[in-house]
Amino acid sequence: MADDLKNVILNYVVAEYLEEGADPIGFDTPLISGGIVDSFSMVSLKRFLENQYKISIPDDDATPEAFDTVEKIADLVQRFTRA
Amino acid sequence: MAFSDKTRQSYQGVLQGLKDAGLFKQERYIHSPQSADIEVEFPEGASLRKVINMCANNYLGLSSHPEVVKAAHEGLETRGYGMSSVRFICGTQDIHHELERRVTEFLGTEDTILFPSCMDANAGVFEAVLGKDDVMISDRLVHASLIDGIRLASAIHDTFKHSDMGHLEQKLQMYRDKRYRLVITDGVFSMDGDTAKLDEMAALCETYDAMLLVDDSHASGFIGRTGRGTHEKCGVVGKIDVITTTFGKALGGATGGCVSGRRELVEMCRQRARPYLFSNTIAPVVVVGILKVLDILTASTERRDKLEANSAYWRKGLTEAGFILQKGDTPIVPVMLFNAKLAQDFSRALYEEGIYAVGFFFPVVPQSQARIRTQISAGHEIPHLDKALEAFKKVGKKFEILGKTKQEIIEKYGM
Repeated sequence: MADDLKNVILNYVVAEYLEEGADPIGFDTPLISGGIVDSFSMVSLKRFLENQYKISIPDDDATPEAFDTVEKIADLVQRFTRA
Repeated sequence: MAFSDKTRQSYQGVLQGLKDAGLFKQERYIHSPQSADIEVEFPEGASLRKVINMCANNYLGLSSHPEVVKAAHEGLETRGYGMSSVRFICGTQDIHHELERRVTEFLGTEDTILFPSCMDANAGVFEAVLGKDDVMISDRLVHASLIDGIRLASAIHDTFKHSDMGHLEQKLQMYRDKRYRLVITDGVFSMDGDTAKLDEMAALCETYDAMLLVDDSHASGFIGRTGRGTHEKCGVVGKIDVITTTFGKALGGATGGCVSGRRELVEMCRQRARPYLFSNTIAPVVVVGILKVLDILTASTERRDKLEANSAYWRKGLTEAGFILQKGDTPIVPVMLFNAKLAQDFSRALYEEGIYAVGFFFPVVPQSQARIRTQISAGHEIPHLDKALEAFKKVGKKFEILGKTKQEIIEKYGM
């Protein structure tokens, strides 16, 4: 389940943010602090997760740190799925 | 006094960090009016050097045009120097109103409001027309001033991949629940010189009931058959809801900007845009200069036609010499060098040859996309371009990049 979730997030991030020919990324690649994703653009990922998993992530929790790796994003989703 | 030694040293450390990273910007002092031929002091204290300017936004060569200078002199005599007031107290002259009317006519919109700069227009427009129930969807390569304006607004913000209409459509579908959708793009993108697909964007906005905002700063005055801008080139005059643009580039090159578009949106800016409300507008002398620029451009398309011919000549010359150029057909012609140090060294070597063209590298452009951005002007004559071309060839040969592929340049100089 956890890996499925991470793969869904990873696939979304690749399709949404990476340019063609970009280096591959993994579950622990820093996205925002690594300059791959502009923190500005994370709003679409948040909206995608909320629609996909029928959850609501409060803005206070949707910090650049919490969205910095696929791993951390998956943790966040699981936290709100359980809540 | 609270600027302690510790504080000073801390700032000095930051500035040294910029220098160490090769990101420290230094001005070059120009001792002549802005034109194709300028006299430059660089570095500070060095003797003056006559060089050909290949990096000004002086697209139409009007920055020092005798008729514009004469009009400005007359404006200074008849309307004075300053207004000492914001617009809505006692800072509006008849000529400000006249310029708004003339810009509206020139761009084919419904109404126009002047701003001290286009940076201010972009800083003010989003907050003035949108609220927290709305969404702004911007191209990922829009100008920094649009990004700053977007940051000041309470509407949520999302982006679409550069010029990717499929991705834009996905985003428009995703935000169907929002009250207003505003799509945001540059007309001509300043770093790459490519043009937005405004015809396709306008059609998508029609389908999804979205408004469209275009910053046409690198287009107003010369893009399109009569120089009205990107909307003219794309055949969508009257279909762009908001155009922001500058008078600091092709349209005389002094200062000032505007928001032009739907009557109600312009009026919202007049009521709410903070850079309009809390700052003096364009100085009278400049307003009169811009009015003269519009006279010149509406009387004849000669200057934009010459610019188009010059740009094609320059692009062809560089391509035949074996440089890699960013694709496009605007007067912005980026010569790709990929490596940041190479771009800086190349620029310095060009300067030694009497050519002023600046290198751009990360963070202004993405990593490993360093370049020399050349900008063509109607003020250039063919001998200017030929001389610049010879210098580019000589320097290109010195650095052994002529006829080389991107891969070969990167292998030689690194990313």
